[in-house]
Amino acid sequence: MNFQAADAGPEPPRLELVGVGRRFGTVQALEGVSLVVRAGEIVALLGDSGCGKSTLLRVVAGLEFADAGAVRLDGRPVDASVPPEARGIGLMFQDYALFPHLTVGENVRFGLSGRSRTEARAIAAGRLEQVGLAKRTESYPATLSGGEGQRVALARALAPGPRILLLDEPFSNLDRRTRDRVRADTFGLLRETGTTTLLVTHDPEEALAFCDRIALMRSGRIVQVGTGEDLYERPNSRFAARFFGDLVEMPARCRRGNLETPFGLLDAGGAPEGANRLACLRPETIRLAEPGHGTPGRVVRRSFLGATVALEIAVDGIAAPFSLAAHPDDPMRPGDPVGLVLRGSPLIFDLARD
Amino acid sequence: MSLPLTQPLRSPPLAWALGALALTGLVLSPLVSLGHAALQGSGELWPHLLEYVLPQAVLQTAGLLAGVGLAVTLIGTGAAWLVAAYDFPGRRLLEIGLLLPLAVPTYIVAFAYLDLLHPLGPVQSGLRDLFGIASPRDLRLPELRSLPGCILLLGFVLYPYVYLPTRALFLMQAANLLEAARTLGHSPRAVFARVALPMARPAVALGTSLALMEALNDIGAAEFLGVRTLTVQVYATWINRSDLPGAAQIALVMLLVVIGLVVAERWARRGRGFAGTAQRPRSLTRTRLRGPQAAAAFLLGLAPVALGFLIPAGYLAASAAGRIARAGLPETLPAEIFSTVLYAGAATLIAGAVGFVVAASPRLIARRAGTALIRVASLGYALPGTILAIGLLGPLATADSALAAASTAVFGAAPALIGLGTGGALVTAYLVRFLAVAIGTCEAGLSRVPGSLPDAARMLGRGPVATLARVQLPLTWPALVSGALLVFVDCVKELPATLLLRPLNVETLATHLYGEAARGTYEDGAVAALLIVLVGLIPVAILLRLGSRSPQLR
Repeated sequence: MNFQAADAGPEPPRLELVGVGRRFGTVQALEGVSLVVRAGEIVALLGDSGCGKSTLLRVVAGLEFADAGAVRLDGRPVDASVPPEARGIGLMFQDYALFPHLTVGENVRFGLSGRSRTEARAIAAGRLEQVGLAKRTESYPATLSGGEGQRVALARALAPGPRILLLDEPFSNLDRRTRDRVRADTFGLLRETGTTTLLVTHDPEEALAFCDRIALMRSGRIVQVGTGEDLYERPNSRFAARFFGDLVEMPARCRRGNLETPFGLLDAGGAPEGANRLACLRPETIRLAEPGHGTPGRVVRRSFLGATVALEIAVDGIAAPFSLAAHPDDPMRPGDPVGLVLRGSPLIFDLARD
Repeated sequence: MSLPLTQPLRSPPLAWALGALALTGLVLSPLVSLGHAALQGSGELWPHLLEYVLPQAVLQTAGLLAGVGLAVTLIGTGAAWLVAAYDFPGRRLLEIGLLLPLAVPTYIVAFAYLDLLHPLGPVQSGLRDLFGIASPRDLRLPELRSLPGCILLLGFVLYPYVYLPTRALFLMQAANLLEAARTLGHSPRAVFARVALPMARPAVALGTSLALMEALNDIGAAEFLGVRTLTVQVYATWINRSDLPGAAQIALVMLLVVIGLVVAERWARRGRGFAGTAQRPRSLTRTRLRGPQAAAAFLLGLAPVALGFLIPAGYLAASAAGRIARAGLPETLPAEIFSTVLYAGAATLIAGAVGFVVAASPRLIARRAGTALIRVASLGYALPGTILAIGLLGPLATADSALAAASTAVFGAAPALIGLGTGGALVTAYLVRFLAVAIGTCEAGLSRVPGSLPDAARMLGRGPVATLARVQLPLTWPALVSGALLVFVDCVKELPATLLLRPLNVETLATHLYGEAARGTYEDGAVAALLIVLVGLIPVAILLRLGSRSPQLR
């Protein structure tokens, strides 16, 4: 269930970030961050903890201020003079931030202070219905399960009809089984309501599966923006490539347009003669074959994982053994020789630029 | 379905800035005014002060502080270690009981013991009867009215300031380290001396400095027991000689002592971060005592409780009961209760409201400015009541005459002195002195509210003030109430500033008691004293309630 980007062209930009920077003391939390989120789009800010993605979210929300660059909402600049309550932005917190002294219904109505009482009740009831919690209207947050709390937080954030919804690691507090269901429901609702969404996550699969585009962040900068396919298949750095999966890394020198690797000669992608490059393979582009076919390797470990087995393969000339998935019926055992056949093109990186 | 983006409505928080400025002025004005008054010089009196009053007062104060410091450290850490490291029948009772002397203000413990140990009092009479001695002159007990007597009495009511944080520290951090020391071959006694005590140093330093602040602040006990401390001299110089510059000069010397205490406390805590570990603290496994050892431990722990609370409070209860049985309730009592509750209540309400806003301002307005305001507004707690009262006289008189001038200009007639005449001065002094208590408890309460909650309220369209009222206030309410109760009790117990700033002919419970003690008519003061002790039990109850929620008492 991979949601594709709608034709991004006609939709106007909802949120624009231009060269946003933020420094805390000696730490440059954000530097030169530029990003456009179009109306109706779901965009992920992806990165490891401490990469600045949450700070960027708070800058957009108005809870934190940029000391460089500009933030524009629907084309109008929002700087420190526009407080968070005047931005019309929804934010769902990692800990949900439900008010413990208010009932579920009062929580959802909290952001509807401008509406009449009956209107607010109707909107809140509708949102709670959408997340399947109409029956818990009079409950207090302390009595909710983690998944229910997440859904109340979502209903509350959506109730005022925000121009953009910010989600800060919204699924990280849920156990795995609940998470899969809640996540699918949440993105389903966001698609259904056409809510423009900026999601902060450290989970690449979440970003790939549910978001139109991904902005990959590292040390306060955005290193690559694009669709999931762009980032997975055409990463612009080893960092980006590694972020989305295991790599088999083979340093090599360019000879007559080719790189000489344990997998034979690979196209160097236009690198100059004599240049050092890193050729990388995704494990799923390597197929197991009978010994004698392709590149020779040796099984060094076998781990049973249920649906598959992981075979760790050592190849002469490659520094670390890498793991390939095989069918559980596969009889191979540690010490057995195997053949390895390449069926895709490698990723070539210039480490000097990484 | 988007809300229209409202125009920037960020007006500078002018009201807050003005309020902060006014509060800062109020807190700092006593210091400025003291300096000003002291600089005016008292002419012919200064040489007299310098030669006869100050050296003696400084010596007596230094002696008192040194003695009390030693006493509270020994009693406080000893008691804390006893209940933290050993288990014996009655230990839980003692854990609570050891807090009780907090309820007894210094002037009341002196008041009770002076009567109790009076030559015609129950102890000496009983001893004479026991030994068949006819004349009081033939039985000589050590004189209570002396510096050592004062040190002992203050030690037995002020040690809980050390006991409380030290015990918490033993409970919080001791377990792993102490058990490590045991496994490395140290006996329990060696562990106490070589690990527990050095580890507890910051808590002991904090507690001792608080106890010494109280000792320095004390006016009743020292005066009743004939110790001429700086506080007593400030009071005497102002009341008996009407010499404001002289009193201000002595008060400035006191201020140096306060600064010295603060510096000493910082120094004693130097270089040690004991602020708690990330892991959940595990309680120390207590050594179980049996038989005579257990009995000895219990009696040892009971001694400070008995001397600091049971005996004086019991005696007050008995003589109050006797007084009521013989002559009914004192006639002046309702009026005294009324004025006590009036002034303390007014100060409490103001301190509660101001304290909450001040405590919330780093989150509400601006982090730096708010934190700075908290620091400044909490300064008053370090000012002894006498210094505060003398320092406030000038600013209040200025404010009164300004008001009078304004009133004359507008209405053609000047009212009575508003600040000094109506108790406004007293409420102001209470506010400055105890605002820190309200701020501290509100801050603690606010810090337990996750930061995402107010952020969420802002994201849902509420401004800072609405967020404070709808989110933080309801969630901090219990802390605010206990903070207000603590302020109320502190105001009820307060003596030196009350003596100096109360309106003419108004008596509170505390000043009434002081008057009776000064006249030597102790029994008449017993009812008032008992009431103050009963009110003083409220914070002990609050501490226990807080303590039952976490293993660490405040």
